[in-house]
Amino acid sequence: MNAIGWPNWRRLNQEGIVFAIAVLLFAAAALGLPGFLTADNLVAIVRSVSVLGILALGMALVIIGRGIDLSAVAIMAMSVAWYLQLLNTGTSDGLAFAYVLAGVLAIGLLNGFLVAYADVPAIFVTLATGSFVFGYVRSQLITQDAVPVPQGHWVELLGGVRFLDIPVEVFVFAGLAFLVFLFLRYTKWGRFIYFAGDNPVAARNIGIPVRPMLVLRYALSAVVALIAGLLTAASLHSINTRVVNSTLLYDIVLVAVIGGIGLSGGRGGVRNVLVGAALIGILLNAMTIIDIPLLYQNLIKAAILLGAIIVDGIINPRDEQTAQQGDI
Amino acid sequence: MRLLRTLMAAATALAVTAFAAPSFAADDPGPAAYAKALNGKRVMLVPLAMGFDLAQGWAHYLKKEVEAWGGTFETRDPNWVVDAGAQAITDAIASDTRPDVLIIHAPDLNSYSKLMKKAQAAGTYVLLVDNPANFPADAFVGSDWDKLGQLEAEAAIKGCGENSSKKIGLVQGDQANSSSLYQYAGIMKVLEKHPDFQVVAKPDSNWDATTSRNVTTTMLQQHPDICSIIDFWDGDATGASAAIRDAKLDGKVFLVTTGGGEKAADCDKLNDGTYGAVVMTDLARQSGDMNAIIKFLLQSGQPAGTSHTYIYTLEKATTKADLKPDSCWDLKALQAEAAAK
Repeated sequence: MNAIGWPNWRRLNQEGIVFAIAVLLFAAAALGLPGFLTADNLVAIVRSVSVLGILALGMALVIIGRGIDLSAVAIMAMSVAWYLQLLNTGTSDGLAFAYVLAGVLAIGLLNGFLVAYADVPAIFVTLATGSFVFGYVRSQLITQDAVPVPQGHWVELLGGVRFLDIPVEVFVFAGLAFLVFLFLRYTKWGRFIYFAGDNPVAARNIGIPVRPMLVLRYALSAVVALIAGLLTAASLHSINTRVVNSTLLYDIVLVAVIGGIGLSGGRGGVRNVLVGAALIGILLNAMTIIDIPLLYQNLIKAAILLGAIIVDGIINPRDEQTAQQGDI
Repeated sequence: MRLLRTLMAAATALAVTAFAAPSFAADDPGPAAYAKALNGKRVMLVPLAMGFDLAQGWAHYLKKEVEAWGGTFETRDPNWVVDAGAQAITDAIASDTRPDVLIIHAPDLNSYSKLMKKAQAAGTYVLLVDNPANFPADAFVGSDWDKLGQLEAEAAIKGCGENSSKKIGLVQGDQANSSSLYQYAGIMKVLEKHPDFQVVAKPDSNWDATTSRNVTTTMLQQHPDICSIIDFWDGDATGASAAIRDAKLDGKVFLVTTGGGEKAADCDKLNDGTYGAVVMTDLARQSGDMNAIIKFLLQSGQPAGTSHTYIYTLEKATTKADLKPDSCWDLKALQAEAAAK
């Protein structure tokens, strides 16, 4: 098994299948769709999945450690909405940011604490904290679904930042992907995440600080969500908390899982997130160019994803280990 | 003697009549009948969500008026979730304090039809606001979306001008909401009369600003010479405007949208050139229409579901050139007013 190393090309796994589908789609679109294979459009594809990809990086960290963070989208939207609301009502920038950062860290730590020390399943903990964050911020701290960025604020200016005509969120996505890659591959705690995700009890027995590491991952995921939210607000000059009700959360899990990060933990890495994000980005862009209505877009997206999972199931049948361990 | 008595009696009767006459005038039966019909009646608003400008504006104007005539005004907040809205309506019908008038902002053509029928059967008048549905409500108050689409298309054609590329892009909402479907029909009606104008793309935003930005970015890359884009709601048109800004096409693409005429959402953005034209709903007048039909229904004595009235709000495409200080209403001011109480 080559869980965290280079791809094993002799054996086609889900990541390989999805990568192949993405390449095929890309080739077909480049040949068949005028205007697809232009620098501008390629940048637009990467940009359209940047925020999704950033959130998926945070999710990947948690999933590899055999967890899941269903509060990511709520933290992303509500923290930034609260931040902008504080700014709009006259709180100084530094203080507002300090409040929000503290709030985000508190929720991340709470998630981690409840999962690690209270032994509550991650899926319930994060579902509950996500609802709590949304409900509390929406009802107590902000007055509107949509909160605008104050004129001339750095968040607004951030949205206009370009290097070589490439929007800033692409660089942030690339930078974060690289950081997470370094963390997972070259730091001790990063390597430990795989052990903890693969077999938490054994990891603990050999002296790995499994519980503090769990708390760290949820805190990281929360901070990554805040970054994604700030980038969304930077681009749109406002944040709309309606996004919490959208399918974004499922899309995040999808990007991670379709790329080959198993929900049972211990497997995958940054490359899987990139492959998953690439497939979704190319697919959505091509369908928009062809002008396919949204209903059919969802149908096609679902069919391709289902296809990839079925093919994976046939090529890589369930083995003894997965049968014992189970998926989510 | 007898004659004198008769005369006196006649004089007294005359005097009584003469003095009583003004008190007849003060006894206008109107206010009493009005109070009898309206006092203590319950009005409930179930919008798509309470967190956006339209719903907050309606609630403000309705509450003011309903409480003034001695009624109770309540809102429910389904927060964009169709099921939650259905639950709120079901609970309202079944509760001891069943509302006498239910104002429903339907998420699509069919979801609440059965519930609205139930409400009417229980004796509650049902008003549909803003979004039409496949249901004969006691009254519909809101936009004629077809007409609204026509106004948008006319504004887009005017914004493009005769010497333009005559290419128009649409950012639709979705394929289920009546406001999106009828808006599209209206736009196409006008464009049929202008065959030189063509729609080059018509993606959906699903009412989401990020999606609107992504599809508009793609649209502008495929057709950089688009002269106008119609986005179906000001709630997500911020995304389309971000795409236009990113493509450095500000001032070249005339962005048309529609909204509730809130200051920060519409007038400020017309003023700074983000939007070229906005077909705005006169929210105060729309709320006034609702208040009037509520008062009529409660006094009519007719059972719920008897009559079906359509009250379309006057719509107008507003551009920067015809902005006036009172073109928009100010949500912040309403909130401050409510907070001051």
